[in-house]
Amino acid sequence: MFGAGGGTVSYKEIEETDVILLWGSNAREAHPIFFHHLMQGLQNGARMYAVDPRRTSSAKFADLWLGLELGSDVALANTVANYIVNNDLHNKAFIEHSTSGFDAYVDSLAEYTLERGEELTGVPAAAIAEMARTYATAETAQILWTLGITEHHNAVDNVLALCNLALLTGHVGRWGSGLVPLRGQNNVQGGGDMGALPNKLPGFQNVSDPDHRAKFEAVYGRPIPPEEGLHLTLMFEAMERGEITAAYVIGENPADSEADIAHARKLLRGLDLLVVQDIFLTRTAELADVVLPASVGWAECEGTVTSSERRVQRVRAAVPPPGLARHDQDILRDLAHAMGYVEWGNPSSEDLWEELRSLSPMHGGMTYARLESESGLQWPCPDLDHPGSPFLHGWLWEDDLGGRAGAPFSPVVAQGPKEELTEEFPLRLTTGRALDSYNTGVQSGSMESPIRYGNALDMNPADADRLQLSDGETVKVTSPRGTVDMPIRIQPDIPVGLTFTTFHFPELVDTNLLTNDAWDKRSGTAEFKAAAIRVDKLVGAAS
Amino acid sequence: MTIAEVPQTETMVTLTIDGAAVTVPEGSTVLDACSAAGIDTPTLCYAENLTPVNACRVCVVEQEGSRTLVPSCSRQAEPDMEIKTDTERVRHSRKMVLEFLGSGVDLSQADQLHGWMDHYGAEPDRYGSDAIRINEDVKIQDSLYIRDYDKCVLCYKCVEACGDDAQMTFAIAVSGRGFDARISTEFDVTLPDSACVYCGNCVGVCPTGAIQFKTEYDLREADDWRPEEQSVTQTVCSYCGVGCNLELHVQDEKIVKVTSPADHSVTHGHLCIKGRFGWTYVQPTIERRP
Repeated sequence: MFGAGGGTVSYKEIEETDVILLWGSNAREAHPIFFHHLMQGLQNGARMYAVDPRRTSSAKFADLWLGLELGSDVALANTVANYIVNNDLHNKAFIEHSTSGFDAYVDSLAEYTLERGEELTGVPAAAIAEMARTYATAETAQILWTLGITEHHNAVDNVLALCNLALLTGHVGRWGSGLVPLRGQNNVQGGGDMGALPNKLPGFQNVSDPDHRAKFEAVYGRPIPPEEGLHLTLMFEAMERGEITAAYVIGENPADSEADIAHARKLLRGLDLLVVQDIFLTRTAELADVVLPASVGWAECEGTVTSSERRVQRVRAAVPPPGLARHDQDILRDLAHAMGYVEWGNPSSEDLWEELRSLSPMHGGMTYARLESESGLQWPCPDLDHPGSPFLHGWLWEDDLGGRAGAPFSPVVAQGPKEELTEEFPLRLTTGRALDSYNTGVQSGSMESPIRYGNALDMNPADADRLQLSDGETVKVTSPRGTVDMPIRIQPDIPVGLTFTTFHFPELVDTNLLTNDAWDKRSGTAEFKAAAIRVDKLVGAAS
Repeated sequence: MTIAEVPQTETMVTLTIDGAAVTVPEGSTVLDACSAAGIDTPTLCYAENLTPVNACRVCVVEQEGSRTLVPSCSRQAEPDMEIKTDTERVRHSRKMVLEFLGSGVDLSQADQLHGWMDHYGAEPDRYGSDAIRINEDVKIQDSLYIRDYDKCVLCYKCVEACGDDAQMTFAIAVSGRGFDARISTEFDVTLPDSACVYCGNCVGVCPTGAIQFKTEYDLREADDWRPEEQSVTQTVCSYCGVGCNLELHVQDEKIVKVTSPADHSVTHGHLCIKGRFGWTYVQPTIERRP
């Protein structure tokens, strides 16, 4: 945020913070070891507010659970902000010195009174007021979020609404305070850092900037196209228009993981050429013309990954890869050679890292030797004497901002989920993860787990009663896009009208046949968190 | 406006250990000071990633002015303290503690104690073969853990790791009193029926093999557990974005156990079920050994 994409704090800081807003995150199950740090913070006296439509296992650790209507996050954040401003709890010195656009932001909050906030979010006004007051008056405070914020059609608005709260109170850029997007994959941070984004070169340098491109062109000896590329969701749209006819998929399983999956599979099948490089014959690989077997990145290869606290750490080969499987970078090298780019040479992982260090200023001080001896380093780490950066945006607190404009407030307007509930589809479906499984199950599926309950549809007892369903009964679940059969699991922790499931076992329950691919144009993320469904008894089934 | 810096605390404390001055940061324990002075100390219930519970008393030292021996793992180092670690009284006490523990419990897999038992000449057998034992079957209730309470010395480490030192699951605690005391789930239900979430953090801290990974147990049963031939490679977990450090223990090119370094700032040695057990997909399903 504010320029570079990464969480602003270190895990250690949450052990020492005073107030925690856990917003759209079930870290107890999805980021369990981060949650250890958080629980130490609670033991040290932090007060925690959990904002989630479900009363999750994480929410049970909170002082207060704010069970908002699914998708009403912007409304809640704006109501909190309105309360803070109206009660004169905002950090005026920080706003004046380090931010811009405050007046327009305040104007945009006018309609979000406590009463209106309660109406829009379903959260009692007293609870909103308590969270607002506690957050604003804390010495240090953090807002943490995950996919409950970002898997919405208005994902970027959700994130901006939370960033606004931090700017309003000065809870960013200081030890203990910050904005924390917890990363869902072991190197999703590193992928972005390395320029695996359509508009960025490594180190968040801009493809559109001629100076940045020139630096890379000098080393690569090739011109770099100045046009920004496409993110995943736009790629699927381009496939639909026939503009993309070939795809090379590395370590991703879009044939199971995309929302509205039937549509995504149809587009993948329609390609002239589909190349899949993966460690398994995934559903995507089954559709491929060519499959390139890869080795396992974290156990069979040398390299680095980057965590949610921007810590770059080494992965190492512990076992040999099976059969013909090979390191991703060796496969890519051979492809480059086959295409005539022999200057690629035969670099080792460390050689590639050294090149990266020379091109990406924020990685400049991170040698393999330092990563080894210092248990990883947090970017930015520009030179060999730099200790790495526990938190970001300390410059906001400097007397002289060095000519930089302050961090901008971004007024945002509340919008509900794209798909509204109707008489035909009266229940809300949201999706998420369970402790012992991971995404589409490519990795976790073969793990034996005594606590696994499979893919079930969680439902409030009142809804189950109304539909005359019993616990464990297999039902027909239908959304405007598809139908799947799955058992229900009666759960008192889920509100009436809301249902929840995972998508860890696509071969058993094709959850993403149901999910909505309405997506945010700016982030490219689909609204996995909100679909409208109907649940019917199986015809002729003995219950 | 001021810039908030990362807090630093570095007040130092100087004490005397075995006649030599030792300086350590304030808040260090006597055990930390012994380590800083290069003095090796036997421990059992102590772990650097857990709060000391003072259960085993094997780390005791003599402190000038103290009537009783003091547990070095929990006693804070204070200025001008005089500590002796190798007096007759200390040696005798450590030997007795090791003998008492070993007389009623199977310490065959408590590798960290074997050298100390030799060092202090501990002979647990001299209490006779009728010394009290639990004598119960190994509990094998799932595919991930086994529990063998004949090996349990009631050091409480597993309880601490499951509880407020790390995991906050509280699936196990000490039940019963005196000779009947043992580690148990609520109402002694099986682990799969308990609150257990299979993070393996109890196994990670167990010093005697009383709680063990099933993979290790099976290899030991087959007389094929060969730690001296195992390599340990440090890497990063492949699941969520927290970046937990894993130590992959590999025997015959197969992962046989996963641990995490206790001194790492991300994990403090603790993992979740995915990090601890989610590696099976790396392994070919066909047995490689003939």
